[in-house]
Amino acid sequence: MANKLLEIRDLTMEYRTDDGISKVLNNVSLSLDEGETLGLVGETGAGKTTTALSIMGLLPKKTGFITGGSIDFDVYGELTKKREAEMRTIRGHEMAMIFQDPMTSLNPVIRVGDQIKESFKIHMPDLSSAEMDKKVDDMLEMVGIPSSRKNDYAHQFSGGMKQRVVIAMALSCEPRLLIADEPTTALDVTIQAQVLNMMKELKKKFNTSMILITHDLGIVAQTCDRVAVMYAGTIIESGSVNEIFESGKHHPYTTGLFGSIPDLKKDTKRLSPIDGLMPDPMELPAGCAFHVRCPKCMEICRETMPKGKVVSGTHMISCHAAEGGMQNE
Amino acid sequence: MNDNILVEVKNLKKYFDTRSGKLHAVDDVSFTIEKGATLGVVGESGCGKTTLGRTILRLVEPTSGEIHFEGSDIVAYNNKQMKELRQKMQLIFQDPYASLDPRLSLSDLISEPMVVNKLYKNKKEYRERVDELMKVVGLAPRLINAYPHELDGGRRQRIGIARALSTDPKFIVCDEPVSALDVSIQAQILNLMMDLQEEKGLSYLFITHDMSVVKHISNKIAVMYLGQCVELASTQELFENPLHPYTNALLTAIPTIDLSQRDNPPELLKGEVTSPINPVSYCRFYSRCKYACEKCKSANYDLQEVAPNHFVSCALVTNQAE
Amino acid sequence: MIRQTEEIKSRTQIASIMHRLKKNKLAMLGLFVLLFMIVIAIFAGVIANYDTAVIGQNISIRLSKPSAEHWFGTDQFGRDIFARIIHGARISLSMSIIAMTIAVTIGAVIGSVAGYYGGVIDNVLMRFMDILLAIPPILMSISIVAALGQSIPNLLIALAIAYIPVFARVIRSTILSIKDQEFIEAARACGSSNRRIIMAHIIPNAIGPIIVQATLAMGATILIIASLSFMGLGVKPPAPEWGTMLYEGREFLKQAPYLVLFPGGAITISVISLNLLGDGLRDSLDPRLKN
Repeated sequence: MANKLLEIRDLTMEYRTDDGISKVLNNVSLSLDEGETLGLVGETGAGKTTTALSIMGLLPKKTGFITGGSIDFDVYGELTKKREAEMRTIRGHEMAMIFQDPMTSLNPVIRVGDQIKESFKIHMPDLSSAEMDKKVDDMLEMVGIPSSRKNDYAHQFSGGMKQRVVIAMALSCEPRLLIADEPTTALDVTIQAQVLNMMKELKKKFNTSMILITHDLGIVAQTCDRVAVMYAGTIIESGSVNEIFESGKHHPYTTGLFGSIPDLKKDTKRLSPIDGLMPDPMELPAGCAFHVRCPKCMEICRETMPKGKVVSGTHMISCHAAEGGMQNE
Repeated sequence: MNDNILVEVKNLKKYFDTRSGKLHAVDDVSFTIEKGATLGVVGESGCGKTTLGRTILRLVEPTSGEIHFEGSDIVAYNNKQMKELRQKMQLIFQDPYASLDPRLSLSDLISEPMVVNKLYKNKKEYRERVDELMKVVGLAPRLINAYPHELDGGRRQRIGIARALSTDPKFIVCDEPVSALDVSIQAQILNLMMDLQEEKGLSYLFITHDMSVVKHISNKIAVMYLGQCVELASTQELFENPLHPYTNALLTAIPTIDLSQRDNPPELLKGEVTSPINPVSYCRFYSRCKYACEKCKSANYDLQEVAPNHFVSCALVTNQAE
Repeated sequence: MIRQTEEIKSRTQIASIMHRLKKNKLAMLGLFVLLFMIVIAIFAGVIANYDTAVIGQNISIRLSKPSAEHWFGTDQFGRDIFARIIHGARISLSMSIIAMTIAVTIGAVIGSVAGYYGGVIDNVLMRFMDILLAIPPILMSISIVAALGQSIPNLLIALAIAYIPVFARVIRSTILSIKDQEFIEAARACGSSNRRIIMAHIIPNAIGPIIVQATLAMGATILIIASLSFMGLGVKPPAPEWGTMLYEGREFLKQAPYLVLFPGGAITISVISLNLLGDGLRDSLDPRLKN
């Protein structure tokens, strides 16, 4: 039985601005075992990046407030209660994050080797400079970049190679958890395949657990062990990758997501997406956030938030129309 | 001259002069687009598909080659003729944020092409036409005075489509129109574009990097690599029988929702795309191709028909076919 | 973002900008002070008669301290300082507005042509602008006044020449950043002429940065006018320009500091207000601050 690395329970978070309160996360519950890859799927505005930032403790201090729930990380305890100084020792060392746009993730005026070395300087200060340099060389080779390029600057690399450097930086201190926020969205499809493959291998090598945020169901199918689907700040469906992709039962939103993708094998005349848009987090509808667009909307959906129901194994669907037992704690 | 052909491109080239040499953005591309049909153009960064779209509309002047629209070569048209022609050929952009003037309201944006070409006589007529177009693309009437920065990407893209339709064009170049949109909005917009095509008999040049999108919307597909067309075939033929090694690499690189692919991961294409500046004289895919051999360096790799209406530019494939 | 449910109360971009500006308290302070100054300048003649209070001499009450009758006191010629200050506002504001208008207009033409057409034209024009920019505005103004003679029109010419390159640069760079945007390409794709593109698309989008520059430049201009007057090269006495008042009042600094305090204060307040307003406008125009 694998150990639980990360456990998020009922995480609720809002942004408070002059224009109003934006309820971005509403009772988000997720868990991640050691060595697992969890795919966090959803469209723009679902709250995936905010979830990642909450875990990393990188929410904007003046406007982002966690109003409920907990994030337990391995032996390091409950993250939402930690002071910034403590988070800084964890960030980069035990947890790392990589972002979507490799063009802006790297400092343009510092050599890439030095940017990787920075992680060692912060988290492993006892190493000698020569030892750190050797580690930098090793990391570069591991991500497929010749170590002779460590003195180059970011603009001398292509998009795919920049992302590899970013991955090298993130994995340099061998973190327990890697959060990758749409890491390949900006890359060409053949480069994406290379980078995803490399991430899979490195993950195995370092036994890193990963949360992969993406909107691409294909990537989820090929790289993840478990899946969580997010909509308007809630996890509306979760399960193992087999359960999600092979089951006939889905949350109506997930059905809509699958219906939006053109099929590579069959000929589809028309796609079947859901009409409308995700609700504005400043004005969430009462009851189930999806009820306005849901083809199966019932009276109860307008009033009460559905609780997660286990429809089989670990497959949870948060919908009044789903049949199943109550979710175990 | 086939009466059914709306657009014909012959040996189109666009080179840019740079400090390091000549950039071959579009290098000797030829194809036809029939009335009411869609030609999909796929490729990755540096393949020249965006420049191709702009060059066909003469927003970028071609270096050489012919562009025939309804039978006439438009490369030689003067400004006045081009202005008139632009009513019939329009462009939909990729970025729904940058392609709309932030200072204009929705109705100004949609009516601009009509106003520029003086298509109607008074405000009332313009307003009626804008109302009609908004209905056609699915924009709620209450949005007529909204500004782009107040709307989401999907709605902005609908404005772009309404604007393109306003002059009743016959041909629309669509430059990655759905790439910046969420998956479910993408599907809505694709459905809309296909419905419009059926209703109005529009022809599309649909540029994208997404193979599943191109399969869904195109009748014919051209695969581009470093400015050249490496494979040209009907959609069905391309997906059932991909011949060029690059086309194969593209298709196998797509992560599918088929879980069985996890146990048989496909072979990855190695390396990165080489520079379009001063490219080699032989096959440009040579450095990354797993079938590359010495013969490739001296062979003729022009686009050749190896099966009915299926063209490939790979010496090994054409040799096999002979 | 537009809520799905409500009726559309669209905000134009200008309204969005004003909304953001309102939140910047310092900028609003600057705006109010500026408006206050403008009102006073317009009604200066009603508040205090020019001939009697401003330039009319009354030696018997010379150098009297601030009192109920003379709020700011009187100067060495018995002239009411308060009256002079508010008439001085007229001079400072009108001169800087006129100078800026000339500079913006000419700078806009030069900058637009350079920015839009590029190439050799751009190079030649901008190198000429660089030459002008290499000379500090105050030095430029002194030189021109010295060469052409001390008069208000010459002063205005000097200021305009000093600031034309500033606006040409701002407008050129704004145009460069706009002209490659896709919406310009869209306009071209539907058949718009170059002239239409510049007038209908580029200039409306360029007005923001121009207004910011103009506001900040106005503050600098007021300071330059005052400085030149203080040196005896600007507005001649008996005109109640603030710098001229400093020039006339400096010998009485020890015995009657209010001769210098009030004009100095007026200069400081007006320049700071314009700077605060200009900075606030710059921040509220910055699209990165948009949600």
